Amino acid sequence: MVQFTLPKNSTIRVGKTWPKPEGAKNVRKFQIYRWDPDTGENPRIDTYFLDMDRCGPMVLDALIKIKNEIDPTLTFRRSCREGICGSCAMNIDGINTLACIYGLDEIKGDVKIYPLPHMPVVKDLIPDLTHFYAQHASIMPWLETKTNRPAKEWRQSIEDRKKLDGLYECVMCASCSTSCPSYWWNGDKYLGPAALLHAYRWIIDSRDEATGERLDNLEDPFKLYRCHTIMNCAKTCPKGLNPAKAIAEIKKMMVSRVV
Amino acid sequence: MRYLTARKRAEGKGASGTGTEHHWYMTMSAVGLAFLVPVFLYILGSTIGAPLEEVIATFSRPFPAIITALVTVVGMRHFAKGAQMMIEDYAQGTARKAAIIAAYAIAYAVTAAVLYALAKMAFIGLILGAMGA
Repeated sequence: MVQFTLPKNSTIRVGKTWPKPEGAKNVRKFQIYRWDPDTGENPRIDTYFLDMDRCGPMVLDALIKIKNEIDPTLTFRRSCREGICGSCAMNIDGINTLACIYGLDEIKGDVKIYPLPHMPVVKDLIPDLTHFYAQHASIMPWLETKTNRPAKEWRQSIEDRKKLDGLYECVMCASCSTSCPSYWWNGDKYLGPAALLHAYRWIIDSRDEATGERLDNLEDPFKLYRCHTIMNCAKTCPKGLNPAKAIAEIKKMMVSRVV
Repeated sequence: MRYLTARKRAEGKGASGTGTEHHWYMTMSAVGLAFLVPVFLYILGSTIGAPLEEVIATFSRPFPAIITALVTVVGMRHFAKGAQMMIEDYAQGTARKAAIIAAYAIAYAVTAAVLYALAKMAFIGLILGAMGA
């Protein structure tokens, strides 16, 4: 449901300002959201300064440098460091993206980093994605077949395989879903762009034999039709995918079943 | 606090099996209104500032009366369904249900009022026509 103000215990306060690096000429300011559930305190924005002459080019490089050299309590997820695992998704300079493939040179002025919006926060820059993953599981992200398994493999034409391009590349970073106002207001029922993109990936797969059941499971005013084609998902996707188009294709398939 | 698994929360009560009809109606009525509304506005504009008898004569003719009725019926149904979608976005629980009922009530009331006015103008137009003849 829509909330226009934060609860009192979620109001963000001014946090600690860490000292500037000595002797550095190329200094950049980082403002980072911090919240530790163990302290019981409100969230705060801590300010850090980095010597950019001794820092890597990506936002994740800066975060790792801060954690290693300034503040070891700063908490964030990261793994592959090359845009494949989707772990380091966060809100950087107002955009949901992956810290590992977002260049510091793409940001003008101070670097402001928050966790993915409108999600429960576990700690600092780590959102709780339990519900997001459960929604993904609910669309049955696997090949469903009824025909007896072939001796060797399920065959697929080159043309049918091409239909999966722009869909299979999704790394489930949640940048799209957490940028969607419909998901903000009704995320408990609306599946969100990421889960729907994956749903379409299996609906359109020529080898899958559960197309009808998959469409039946999406035939709902909230699960699917809460998408109002706002397009934030396509704009923010760090992999350049278009979940809104996938959702539109599902809607077209739904209509083609009844008209 | 309820001890539900994440999967149970995500599945909820399952798919309702509705939604496509609403989506298709909104698409169809939007296309229809895109043609109907300009024609209706032209008819309405031609009557602004005209004497009462001329306005009644205009709306008692079949084409303007049918266009007006269509704009009202299709437009108000489009409004009600659109408002329902918007209300479902921003409200929950009893407030959601009450607001949806109010939106439909407004739509049906406006439709009834316009259709009554059209019928009345057509009836008066018939009498005026008979008197003129």
